[in-house]
Amino acid sequence: MVAMERLDRSERAAGHSGPCIVADGLNAWYGHVQALRNISMSILAKRVTAVIGPSGCGKSTFIRCLNRMHEVARGTRVSGKVLLDGEDIYAAGVDPVRVRRRVGMVFQKPNPFPTMTVFDNVAAGLKLNGLRAPGGLGERVERALRQAALWDEVKDKLKQGGAALSGGQQQRLCIARALAVEPEVLLMDEPCSALDPIATARIEDLIRELADRYTIVIVTHNMQQAARVSDMTGFFLMAHDRAGELIEYGETQQVFTNPKDEQTEAYITGRFG
Amino acid sequence: MMGATRTYMRRRATNYTMIALCGLATLAAVGILLLVLGYTLVHGIAYLNLEFVTQTARPLGEPGGGMRHEIVGTMVLVGLASLLGIPVGLLAGTYLSEFGGRVGSLVRLVADVLTGIPSVVVGIFAYAVLVRPMGTFSALSAAVALAIIMLPVVARTTEEMMKLVPQTYREAALALGIPRWRVIVSVVVPGATVGIVTGSMLAVARIAGETAPLIFTALGNRFGFAGLGEPIAALPLQIWRYAVSPYDSWHQQAWAAAFLLVMLVLVISVLVRWLTASRHG
Amino acid sequence: MARPQTIEDQTHGRAWRSLLRRPASPGDRLFQGTTLLAALSLLGLLLAMAAYLFYVAWPSIARFGVRFLTGSTWDPVKEVFGALPAIYGTLLTSALAMLVAVPVSLGVAIFLAELSPRWLRAPASFLVEMLAAIPSVVLGLWGLFVMAPVLYPLEKWLASSLGFVPLFRGPVFGGVNFLAGGLILSIMALPIITAVVRDAILTVPAAQREAMLALGATRWEAISQAVLPYARSGIVAASILGLGRAVGETMAVTMVVGNGYRLTARLFAPGNTMASKIATQFNEASGLEINALVELALVLFAVALVVNLAGRLLVRWTVARAAGGGQ
Repeated sequence: MVAMERLDRSERAAGHSGPCIVADGLNAWYGHVQALRNISMSILAKRVTAVIGPSGCGKSTFIRCLNRMHEVARGTRVSGKVLLDGEDIYAAGVDPVRVRRRVGMVFQKPNPFPTMTVFDNVAAGLKLNGLRAPGGLGERVERALRQAALWDEVKDKLKQGGAALSGGQQQRLCIARALAVEPEVLLMDEPCSALDPIATARIEDLIRELADRYTIVIVTHNMQQAARVSDMTGFFLMAHDRAGELIEYGETQQVFTNPKDEQTEAYITGRFG
Repeated sequence: MMGATRTYMRRRATNYTMIALCGLATLAAVGILLLVLGYTLVHGIAYLNLEFVTQTARPLGEPGGGMRHEIVGTMVLVGLASLLGIPVGLLAGTYLSEFGGRVGSLVRLVADVLTGIPSVVVGIFAYAVLVRPMGTFSALSAAVALAIIMLPVVARTTEEMMKLVPQTYREAALALGIPRWRVIVSVVVPGATVGIVTGSMLAVARIAGETAPLIFTALGNRFGFAGLGEPIAALPLQIWRYAVSPYDSWHQQAWAAAFLLVMLVLVISVLVRWLTASRHG
Repeated sequence: MARPQTIEDQTHGRAWRSLLRRPASPGDRLFQGTTLLAALSLLGLLLAMAAYLFYVAWPSIARFGVRFLTGSTWDPVKEVFGALPAIYGTLLTSALAMLVAVPVSLGVAIFLAELSPRWLRAPASFLVEMLAAIPSVVLGLWGLFVMAPVLYPLEKWLASSLGFVPLFRGPVFGGVNFLAGGLILSIMALPIITAVVRDAILTVPAAQREAMLALGATRWEAISQAVLPYARSGIVAASILGLGRAVGETMAVTMVVGNGYRLTARLFAPGNTMASKIATQFNEASGLEINALVELALVLFAVALVVNLAGRLLVRWTVARAAGGGQ
């Protein structure tokens, strides 16, 4: 049954399964503390890739390196390469602004802009890029909200403040906000950690739907969630010096049913974490 | 990595322009400070000499002379104001930090508002309560005005500093059965000493240069200190009178006096910074 | 100096008090009573100020009524006192000061909180705070002998080239005028505005900035569209407190504003503010004029009270929201 579904998914994704993002010897630091060591990982286009591991293993740092958000915090540093469609986003002369335009991000806690309406929250990214015509804007906002499965719930509340929605709605609003600029990749940093089980289930359904159109990388500490939503899974672990390393990476089914590394097995069977 | 669109180029230009403007604003603010300090130091050193501190004012036209009376007056005023203002401020700050409650919340707001009441108004108030009934300008009324200005500053810093003392210290001492007031006096106050001292020093720096309230209280006195019930000379007051006078020699004396005041403020500020930095480090 | 309240401030007192709900010893009662008395003295001072100013101003209030606020002659010989030119001067110079100080302070605060390299942040903050420590009279001295002479040719040039605009109409009085007063006030209002705005910006959650950046915003776009809107009530509070400072500042503005007493839109005309009128006139005043000057102080007191109360309450509300609102 599960195998059948897997097959379905791979068929659907056929032709889109080339690498979209390739991390190549990626290292990251906070001050003098190394948070990631020598990560090399190919993320496939139009697939959902889950990044799992115990807390502090560098999984959030890893995805923050994929859209150059890691460097936003003070005293941080990155070395190595991250290729987006073959081009190194850390090459000299690459403006992180343009990288982030193509690689969207959803954060752990819903963070709508409290001073903006629902509509303006979704339109924020579009306005940055110079799209201001009300007609075109309205269409794009509606499309993003529909994609985020939020349209029916908020179509009468577009002029209300974004902070007035429920937690789950706020997180879907943030997803809509990220989708509105039509990125190629969507990074999700534990997007359900602040949500109740029902809201979590809705976001998980949404992630599966979005996999048709977007390359998605999701960080989660919930292994059931990783198993439910992802095609590929990478397992990170903290080395003795606290730097995160990629222990195992493969198809989700294989990682969960037949892990190659005994540390992975220990983690997914709940022996630590 | 992508074709440079016009929107993108414009956004980038805006970004750099605004960042540069913010840097420029900071440069301007710091620049003004350095200009004021620079002029005061250069002019002040040029006109400052031993005579300035040891001599009194000479009649107009005679070169030389100094501001001994004014220096003594300012020292008396600042000392007396501190004597009046700091203890009350300490006690009020202790209440805000250790007892607080609804009264504390109101008093905190009042203290903040009092800090914003113009010093000229405080001076007029001191005139109304002391100078008018007593029938004479006096050192005492000036010191009271300055103490009123110090009071909320000392109270609020004392409060902030006492709150930094960890709650566990208080609990540990109380658990030993020591009465509350002893805990505050022998545990909380010592823990906050550096902060309280720096706060008081800042308050002193603030009032040492106050001028407006002295116009209605101290008045000035050409014959030197004559007791707390008599008018008294003060440096800032004399800076003002000399600055708006038409005489070059008086302007020079004003710069020299300004130099003394600025040095006082500068030394206190740097000392406070050093004290607080060494505490955190 | 008065740092905004944190959430600890609110829980702090409560825990401490509940811990101590046991019969207080006489020593405790005496101690708490004494400190309470000291605390209440602040409140008493504020009330006494209002009462005494009103009491001494009364002869003038009774004599002139509303005409004190609307009249524009100040004539000690005929004993006619109208404060309108001083009130107008305060409004004009404060408005000028805000026009300059608010944008510059915003820039400084943004630089200190968002842009400055880490090593520069503390020294730059210290220098900006130092600006507030310079005695008003020293700044006035500098304004009179350094700033005004520099402004003078500039003003003459403006008057000759843009003189058709009422604001810039000549004649120019030696650089000592409304414009100089406004500029000096802007220097004095800058540190407090900067400090409050910087603190407001520092309470903005990183997630707000990052959300905007992740959409492909430039650094400035993240600041202007996510950070500043989030901090907007703090910015308003800062401007109000800066206005309070500008309205009440006395010595520096007295020395450079020029001591005129007319209602005019000309920035290059000598003027007066309420504070400077009190300071310059007081030692020559006698009789009813003293009551009139005290009434002027009462008006200034009322304005400062309202402005500072509004600013402080807004700061409190902002901090409480930042502490309680999650996000």
